[in-house]
Amino acid sequence: MATSVLDHAPAVHAEKTGIWSWITTVDHKRIGILYGTTAFIFFLMGGIEALIMRIQLMKPDNTLVSAELFNSLFTMHGTTMIFLGVMPLSAMFFNYFIPLHIGARDVAFPRLNAFSYWVFLLGGLFINFSFLLNAAPNAGWFGYANLTENTYSPGLNTDFWVLGLQILGIASMAAAINFFVTIVNLRAPGMKMLRMPMFVWMSFITQILLLLAFPVITVALVFLMMDRHFGSHFFLPEGGGDPVLWQHLFWIFGHPEVYILILPAFGIVSEVLPVFSRKPLFGYTAMVFSGAFIAFLGFGVWSHHMFATGMGPFADSFFAISTMLIAVPTGVKIFNWLGTLWGGSLQFKTPLYFAIGMVAMFIIGGLSGVMHASPPADLQQTDTYFVVAHFHYVLFGGSIFGLTAGAYYWFPKMFGRMLHEGLGKLHFWLMLIGFNLTFFPMHFLGLNGMPRRVYTYPAELNLEFWNRIQTWGSLLLGLSFLIFIYNILKTMRRPADAPADPWRGATLEWAIPSPPQEFNFGEVPPVHSSTPVWDLRRASGGQLPEPRRVSGAGIHLPRPSIWPAVTAVGVLGVIGSILFTHAFSHWYFITLSGAAILFYGVYRWAFEPPFPEH
Amino acid sequence: METRTGPFRRLARFTPALGLLLFLAACAHNYPQTTLKPRGDFARLVDGLFRTTVWWAIVVFVLVEGALLIAIFKFRGRPDDPEPKQVHGNTVLEVVWTIIPAFILVMIAVPTIKTIFRTSDYAAGDVVQIEVIGHQWWWEFRYTGLGVVTANELHVPVGKTVNLRMTTVDVLHSFWVPQFAAKRDVFPRRHNPLWFKAEVTGSFSGQCAEFCGAQHGRMGFRVISESPEEFAVWVERQRVGSPLVNQGKVAADSVPPIDSIEVAGRALFSGGGCIGCHALVGTPLAGQTSLKGPNLSHVGSRTTIVAGMLQNTPENLRKWLSNPDSVKKGTLMVLPRKLTDAELTLLVAYLRSHQ
Repeated sequence: MATSVLDHAPAVHAEKTGIWSWITTVDHKRIGILYGTTAFIFFLMGGIEALIMRIQLMKPDNTLVSAELFNSLFTMHGTTMIFLGVMPLSAMFFNYFIPLHIGARDVAFPRLNAFSYWVFLLGGLFINFSFLLNAAPNAGWFGYANLTENTYSPGLNTDFWVLGLQILGIASMAAAINFFVTIVNLRAPGMKMLRMPMFVWMSFITQILLLLAFPVITVALVFLMMDRHFGSHFFLPEGGGDPVLWQHLFWIFGHPEVYILILPAFGIVSEVLPVFSRKPLFGYTAMVFSGAFIAFLGFGVWSHHMFATGMGPFADSFFAISTMLIAVPTGVKIFNWLGTLWGGSLQFKTPLYFAIGMVAMFIIGGLSGVMHASPPADLQQTDTYFVVAHFHYVLFGGSIFGLTAGAYYWFPKMFGRMLHEGLGKLHFWLMLIGFNLTFFPMHFLGLNGMPRRVYTYPAELNLEFWNRIQTWGSLLLGLSFLIFIYNILKTMRRPADAPADPWRGATLEWAIPSPPQEFNFGEVPPVHSSTPVWDLRRASGGQLPEPRRVSGAGIHLPRPSIWPAVTAVGVLGVIGSILFTHAFSHWYFITLSGAAILFYGVYRWAFEPPFPEH
Repeated sequence: METRTGPFRRLARFTPALGLLLFLAACAHNYPQTTLKPRGDFARLVDGLFRTTVWWAIVVFVLVEGALLIAIFKFRGRPDDPEPKQVHGNTVLEVVWTIIPAFILVMIAVPTIKTIFRTSDYAAGDVVQIEVIGHQWWWEFRYTGLGVVTANELHVPVGKTVNLRMTTVDVLHSFWVPQFAAKRDVFPRRHNPLWFKAEVTGSFSGQCAEFCGAQHGRMGFRVISESPEEFAVWVERQRVGSPLVNQGKVAADSVPPIDSIEVAGRALFSGGGCIGCHALVGTPLAGQTSLKGPNLSHVGSRTTIVAGMLQNTPENLRKWLSNPDSVKKGTLMVLPRKLTDAELTLLVAYLRSHQ
């Protein structure tokens, strides 16, 4: 408990600086910033891959990139955006804001949290390292067997993909366990489950999805690795295996993955809309249960990715109905967002622009989703640009717009500086226009005969016009992100002078200084509803005093540790060593070296006192 | 300070005009692979269902995005405005906006399920039976009843149902013929059905829709719909030297005429190694059906070569034969050795003579 109130915190919790402090940090806020920075760089790489593809497709029979390189580009674009972009960008917000939202000092397992980050970083570097060896994965982010088997994909390309995803899966699982336990156990007194901010609720559901979906892809990847390196034939029909099995396993993971990507953005938008409408979230309970229902149904719709595989009329009908059913709770969410805006006093700041943009774009993605929920219609649409349009409206129009809303909303809290409003709005308009120019015409292209994943198309198909427009749109989209980066760089050069609560926020993070002190809360405010800071504001007659920085004397914080990072290197060594099975016969020495590092890291980690001795 | 003629409103004024422009531009072109102009019964069933979903989607889009726009303009506030009325929810509304979408979905689900049961299986009755076999990166067609084996050009008689029994010899592909049917994936050691009845004659475009490796983008084919008489003539010609008819053996005096090109061409085709992958009438392996490359017995009569990539002209054929990998990088067509100019000329003439 804080005892003295000071303008400047004393040395007990002085700001730590230097690279070593970042490598050994276990502070959820610093790990959040590491996640965000790393993921944003990967996100830009995925964006550059997309722009190269767009320029290749600008005109028919173009030869800017080879077929092989194009295949690597779309494989890495998908893999990067999903596993290295959107998921860890969400993880940035989980890390930084779940503890703040629930009034906790840190996550439940701070060192495990650091471990997740380092595994994620190494996994991302590992999979991208393939570009330097001219062996970037090239069989699609979905990695359909039997194309991914040795016969048809010799070389390291698919190995980098299989092993890289396996490494990244460990990071996701560790993080999911951590946040799950954090949300269940570390809530402030008074914060019952049905008083949690909606972002925490959607994050909580996301962790459950991660915990249930990732083991499935892990198993599928182990099967594929066994096929490629150790002579099994899980997916080889000539050995009694079945390539359709891969599709079932992949999509039992893959469809919940879609909700893993979108639910955090739903959560962010559900925070931003009420604050900027100055009105609580409409239908809080309906929002919670519709989110849970989406997640539950999300495990029963995977075969709608496989309507063209010929599953037979009964399976097709089942998955058509379950898929259509999922539109109901999704609709409930959209209507409740509308209900939140309706009757409010809308404050048009940049975060609200992006949040409304997210709702508007996600509606389009949802409607095209219902169109291919109908299996016969999907027989035309699947594997065409119509589907590419659909999931970009969901993942870009939904997730990226939502995450960007979160970035503008929480930037002052994280860095103590307000991003420039004018540049933020310029970013929004360019992104909205660029996004629609890039992705809306894909509906026409798909319906007019352009399949996905083709490195070029013949002039006679008449597809050039929309492809050209899309390429220009994508360049505009790229420009909008340059403006975002410029805004961030410009803002970071200014002094940190943001108030604790620039937006009249509703949740606990706005009750503490910006940026928060290392221990977050000197004293956790009382929680009597899902909008505790609004309660305080009303109790004090509409204005809250600027919170002071407190000394934090007597607050125990976990001490920094290098062992999570060391253990992460061990994980990389063990899994990455499989790359060498075909290259030299004593490859397992690398595995054993990795295992030695792994065990040493875990050993030192286990016997390290979690708190500094006094 | 924001005013009521903000950028949202300015954009909104242009939206209808912009939407109309997009719509017109989308319809103005002729798209050979369009799904929107069905010319076969299967595609027509799918199209009807698609149009049902599109209309519902447009209705929902207009209502929901309209409500969003109204909210944006109507409830714009100023920082110093008093706190709006704090509403936490409304149970009646929650029920209403659960039931209405559910009702719309039922309206889509009922025709969907009817159509699923009409499109899932093989066609019955008097049909032309065709085996479709995917290869990296070309399509093989075998008319089992008619004794024809060909590649990349599927001839069908107009007005008669063709029944496709589809598989692959290597990786997964997807057979997509947008104006006649739709698509279905093919799997090794498994058969999937698709069928259609062409309503008009003409040449229609299709291509592989499931990613299948390096040259997935160049795995096209044509469906040539012709009158029953033309189709019968085509079948008669294709039967000559077909592996499914008398194991590819033909009478010595049969077409094509045995002239100097035929004699020299055969020698080059066999001696040069082409025979390792291609069956061709008059060569020793003409009766084989398990060779790696397409059957070339009537390659001269096809309109395109290289899986629909190039028009079948002497220049294109020469370009392809002089260096396949430079035309289609990664192609499995490998020349045992580089051909001389004279050999190329001979081989082009020889292949083109096989009409």
